Amino acid sequence: MGHIQKVRAAAVALALAGALAACGDAGDDGDEGSDVEVQENAADEFDDGTRMKELADAGSVTIGVKFDQPGIGFKGATDDAPVGFDPEIGKILAADLGIAPEDITWKETISDNREPFLQNGTVDLVIASYSITDERRQVVGQAGPYYVTGQQLLVGTDSDIDSLDDVKGTEVCSVTGSTSLENIEAEGAKPRGFDTYSECVDQVLNGTVDAMTTDGAILLGYAAENPDQLKVVVEPFSEERYGVGYSIDAPEMCEWITETIEDAQDDGAWATAFEATLGQSGVETPDPPAMDECPAA
Amino acid sequence: MDDLLDQYDLVLQAFWLTIQLSVLSGLCSLVFGTLLAALRVGPISVLRAAGTTYVALVRNTPLLLVFVFVFIAAPNLGWFVGTPFLVKGVIAMSVYTSAFVCEAVRSGVNAVSVGQAEAARAIGLTFTQTMGSVVLPQAFRAVVPPLASVLIAMTKNTSIAAVFGLMELTGRMRYFTNNSADDTVIFLVFAAFYIVLVELISAGAIGLERRWRAAR
Amino acid sequence: MSTVLFDTPGPRTRARHRLYALLSGVGLLALLGWFVWYLDEQGELEYELWEPFVTPAYVQVLWEGLLDTLAMAVLAILLAVVFGAVFGVGKLSEHAAVRWPSWLIVEFFRAVPLLLLIIFLFLGPAGLSSYWSVVAGLTLYNGSVLAEIVRAGILAVPKGQVEAAYALGMRKTQVMVTIQLPQAVKIMIPAIISQCVVALKDTSLGYYVLAPGLTTVGRQIWTEFGNQFQTAVVLSATYIVVNLLLTLLATWAQRRLVGERRPIVHPVDPGMGHGGPGLS
Repeated sequence: MGHIQKVRAAAVALALAGALAACGDAGDDGDEGSDVEVQENAADEFDDGTRMKELADAGSVTIGVKFDQPGIGFKGATDDAPVGFDPEIGKILAADLGIAPEDITWKETISDNREPFLQNGTVDLVIASYSITDERRQVVGQAGPYYVTGQQLLVGTDSDIDSLDDVKGTEVCSVTGSTSLENIEAEGAKPRGFDTYSECVDQVLNGTVDAMTTDGAILLGYAAENPDQLKVVVEPFSEERYGVGYSIDAPEMCEWITETIEDAQDDGAWATAFEATLGQSGVETPDPPAMDECPAA
Repeated sequence: MDDLLDQYDLVLQAFWLTIQLSVLSGLCSLVFGTLLAALRVGPISVLRAAGTTYVALVRNTPLLLVFVFVFIAAPNLGWFVGTPFLVKGVIAMSVYTSAFVCEAVRSGVNAVSVGQAEAARAIGLTFTQTMGSVVLPQAFRAVVPPLASVLIAMTKNTSIAAVFGLMELTGRMRYFTNNSADDTVIFLVFAAFYIVLVELISAGAIGLERRWRAAR
Repeated sequence: MSTVLFDTPGPRTRARHRLYALLSGVGLLALLGWFVWYLDEQGELEYELWEPFVTPAYVQVLWEGLLDTLAMAVLAILLAVVFGAVFGVGKLSEHAAVRWPSWLIVEFFRAVPLLLLIIFLFLGPAGLSSYWSVVAGLTLYNGSVLAEIVRAGILAVPKGQVEAAYALGMRKTQVMVTIQLPQAVKIMIPAIISQCVVALKDTSLGYYVLAPGLTTVGRQIWTEFGNQFQTAVVLSATYIVVNLLLTLLATWAQRRLVGERRPIVHPVDPGMGHGGPGLS
């Protein structure tokens, strides 16, 4: 009997919690990024048998993006869609297929699962601070770059670190198993690996570590969120060229991605997307990078 | 595999860090856990309740969350900001493991049958003699297997430190898998390091048990 | 209280114990009070940091996270029972070709950290999704622990029963399936539920591979609100409540199925280990 009473008490407690739950009102409706113009009758534009045609006919596309990088790709626990420069690029591409932003399925990717996602068809495109490298181009297609950045350091505004030499012996945070962490360890810093960049930012903010390091584009997003406490220092000491990943089985996508992004660069949609996201950190909108030639089909 | 051989010093450093984490956490947990057990069997009701509450709370919380408290939440409260990462790791591991050490020790003391103590008292041994030559020796023997289980689990648990800033074996494994296609080989090599540690504790426990059994 | 160890305390000793109890009670309360004061001082008690946990949308995602966590744990335990039955019986096989591989597999998965296993399943050639890496990791580890329990359960069935079954003309498989396993399972059920507590706690490791579940949802929340401490408190409380309910269930099952009055022993197991090789 005692147990039943306990269970009943627990049920009451739960019900109370539920009643309480009605009072809170946390979270704000973040800005939804820029608007895009959705192409009408897009399916007619593509040849039969291409992946673009299939997607346009289906009227939906699945895109892998980061969920934990403000400025690049970020999604709160209760948000419907991620916000950031990468999702903006995704919307531009989808619009060209006649797919409205609300018909895009966003999938969270982390550094380790981007190739598998493309290979097994979990996603149609990966736009997730995805550096173009020769190794990756062996297994997946990468069109771009739509943005060029490089590894930099994020430190507190009162930090003495302003050159790469200064990191020797300091504690520098990045994501466990990332190339950035490897590079900074090679520079003589003590590597402090955490699971996501946001945890690293907290460690910098509360003074547990001296700096964090990864691509400048990601760091700028964090600096923009806490301009009084954080700054990005050091000239980029690597070159990361972000590309759009696609399945190697659909090489026709390369020309389409390249042309669509080039059009967006020309008509200002690229700049608008930048200003609405990474540009919030106060950096000037850079000149869009020149896109690579697609491999001959 | 070549990567591992070329950078064997990194692998050994990681192994050393795992050993440090395990040994230091093991010692702290043994001390703190035994104190907790003393509270839980002692005569003071408030401390008994406090010990019981501590064990119930900690044992039902995932170790990962204990790490989150120590490494991610505490610095926001202004704690552990300048504390070395190794020390924070030992704190997190010990807070958690001592609850299990406490239970192991307590079960060991309870495992000694009341009749033994009664008999000792009946033949006129004092409290010190009863504890020293009858109860405790048997309690230690009974504690060895569960305590070894706890220490083995603890050693494996140190892997959780990998994404809390400590480049121990698991963190170093991800460093190597990032650059290599030989994921399976790397995994097996790093797994072997853990197996060596587990087997060492295991062998130590069996040795102790055998020695004390012979003394009977 | 084992009062055998010393004489029954007299009135003076009892008074002293009461004094100690009072002093330590006051001390503990003071410590707790100071902690709450400190939290308040640091602004950690401000409503806005706790507000997500009373906001319907976030309660909803936490609830879904809890359901994911429970689903992963239950799925893993069900698969682990199958794994444990196969390899537990395998370890008792008369054929060395079955016994040795079973032994090797069980010992390997018990000695390797679960986290290492999950990461390997996720990143390695298996390339499982985050969800299945956690479920598969939990299955292999808990299955190996259960294999030991199955083995012990089978050995606990009185030998006379087996001999009687052979005498009746039953074959080896028949004896195993109709006599030994059913009784072993009955003994095992409370242990299996206890193992659920371990599995439930270990689902938190999904944090490393972004598997759905409480810790991953929690991280999203503290990333958004910067309320790491508050989120960790809420997550821990959730785990503690669910685990205590599971422990109650295990105690009930023990009493019902095994008939022992004594409450079931919580596995002496800091989350990931049930002893190593040679310690059964």
